Amino acid sequence: MDLTQTLEIATCTDPGMVRSHNEDSIAADPANGLVVLADGMGGYNAGEVASGMATTVIVTEMRQILSNAKPYEVDQKNKEEIAARMVREQVLKANSSIYQAAQSQPQYAGMGTTLVVCLFYDNRLLVAHLGDSRLYMSREGKFKQVTRDHSLLQEQIDSGIITPEQAKKAAHKNLVTKALGIDPTVEPEIHEYPTKPGDIYLLCSDGLCDMVDDEDIGMTLSALGGNLKLAAQQLVQMANDNGGRDNVSVILVRVLREYPGAKGVMAKVFAWLK
Amino acid sequence: MAKLILSMDGLVLKEIPLTKERTTIGRKPHNDIQIDNLAVSGEHAVIVTILNDSFLDDLGRTNGTVVNGNPVKKHFLQNNDVVELGKYKLKFVGEAAPAASGEKADFEKTMVLRPSAMKAAAAAAAGGGAQAAVAQRQAAVQAAAASASATGIADKDAGPKATPAPAAAPAAAPAPVAAPKPAGQPLGAIQLLSGGNAGKELELTKPLTTLGKPGVQVAVLTRRPQGYFITHVEGAKRPAVNGQEIGAAPHSLKDHDVIELAGIKMEFFLKA
Repeated sequence: MDLTQTLEIATCTDPGMVRSHNEDSIAADPANGLVVLADGMGGYNAGEVASGMATTVIVTEMRQILSNAKPYEVDQKNKEEIAARMVREQVLKANSSIYQAAQSQPQYAGMGTTLVVCLFYDNRLLVAHLGDSRLYMSREGKFKQVTRDHSLLQEQIDSGIITPEQAKKAAHKNLVTKALGIDPTVEPEIHEYPTKPGDIYLLCSDGLCDMVDDEDIGMTLSALGGNLKLAAQQLVQMANDNGGRDNVSVILVRVLREYPGAKGVMAKVFAWLK
Repeated sequence: MAKLILSMDGLVLKEIPLTKERTTIGRKPHNDIQIDNLAVSGEHAVIVTILNDSFLDDLGRTNGTVVNGNPVKKHFLQNNDVVELGKYKLKFVGEAAPAASGEKADFEKTMVLRPSAMKAAAAAAAGGGAQAAVAQRQAAVQAAAASASATGIADKDAGPKATPAPAAAPAAAPAPVAAPKPAGQPLGAIQLLSGGNAGKELELTKPLTTLGKPGVQVAVLTRRPQGYFITHVEGAKRPAVNGQEIGAAPHSLKDHDVIELAGIKMEFFLKA
């Protein structure tokens, strides 16, 4: 099912005002309803290599698989939906590619990357993430964070040691507790949410949410939602205007209409008529 | 490293570096900071230091704890906070610069906590050497800071959940706080010149303000450190500034520019 007419996607990535190069990597496959954002880490250019490998591996492998599989079907053997399984498998594949490269080539030693993957199918959204890159959602004017960071700071907030207000001032924002390519295996956090026409989803690296208040991000999306490309540029510009200390990347996805996974001939005709 | 400066009646008595994960304050001699005064409880408060953040915890004894004039139970210590215990004052001084650990740590680079080091720390803690564990964790954090390529995933079982991996990391840069909103620049406003609300004024305090009619013509005014800009958002026709239709790129606004949008004229001006 081609989702090019169903999802409007705008992306923007920028090295920021301080860093000399961009270690973030973004990729979008509108036809398959797939968007991937990765924020790499590691010395020299290893961060870029790790994030680039993550997005490339996941997008190419998923494209291949989606060409002859329906994500909404359920695997009869273990009752697991194909979508969740294939996203997990591709994340693991990207993990081992990065891990092996890091093990075999000294200049890449220790590289890794955060990750957010979103797959849109059957009026749903499947999100897998690792680290502190985030997914936000704007629905009917309400803006909220969907993913929960895998970071030391988030753990401290959860255990009540510090409040979210204090967290904004904390120094160790940069310590993540999960990432891609660091260990031989990894368990991404996967969730599924129903989508509605009109929803706007924002994937971003910490370069945006560390520099711009959630409130201002939400306001930008509600004000400029009519022009997604401009909204993406505006968000990056706001991060840079506030100092732009890190690479900034955003992917915006707007759901334009319903996209049920066609289950029969009638459903197919019905979906097509819509 | 963060430290406390103990003083009474403006007289500095002692400087206490916060080297430990838990620094106890009280009247009894076993406390790390002993203050022999009846206004201070036996075990009065504790300062928990995690990386380079310190938290003050009042232990709920008879005599309360006051920070900057406000009674507190739990407080996230900021540079120059003053903790009052009876007549005594403890001033908290956060660390200003990375300690002399050779390489300067880039604490804004995203990095992962190392599991091996964390496990070693946990093992040491189990062996009874809590102090050693802190030292090891410090070493782990420093190692992570020293090489941006530090890797590994923090083992969730490595430390007790209540105090996840606390360590007073000496090598740490000041907190990266999001820069304040553009301040000091003159505030802009628009005044409507035509239409039903002619004469009405709108101050542009927010980072962005949308104008126009959705579905017909919408423009956005953005407030940036360089000044104000107008950008076309939607509609077949673009807004005009001083009679000239603007392009797709943001257009910089000058004092007394006249904007025409969705058939309405308005003037942009800067307030003194």
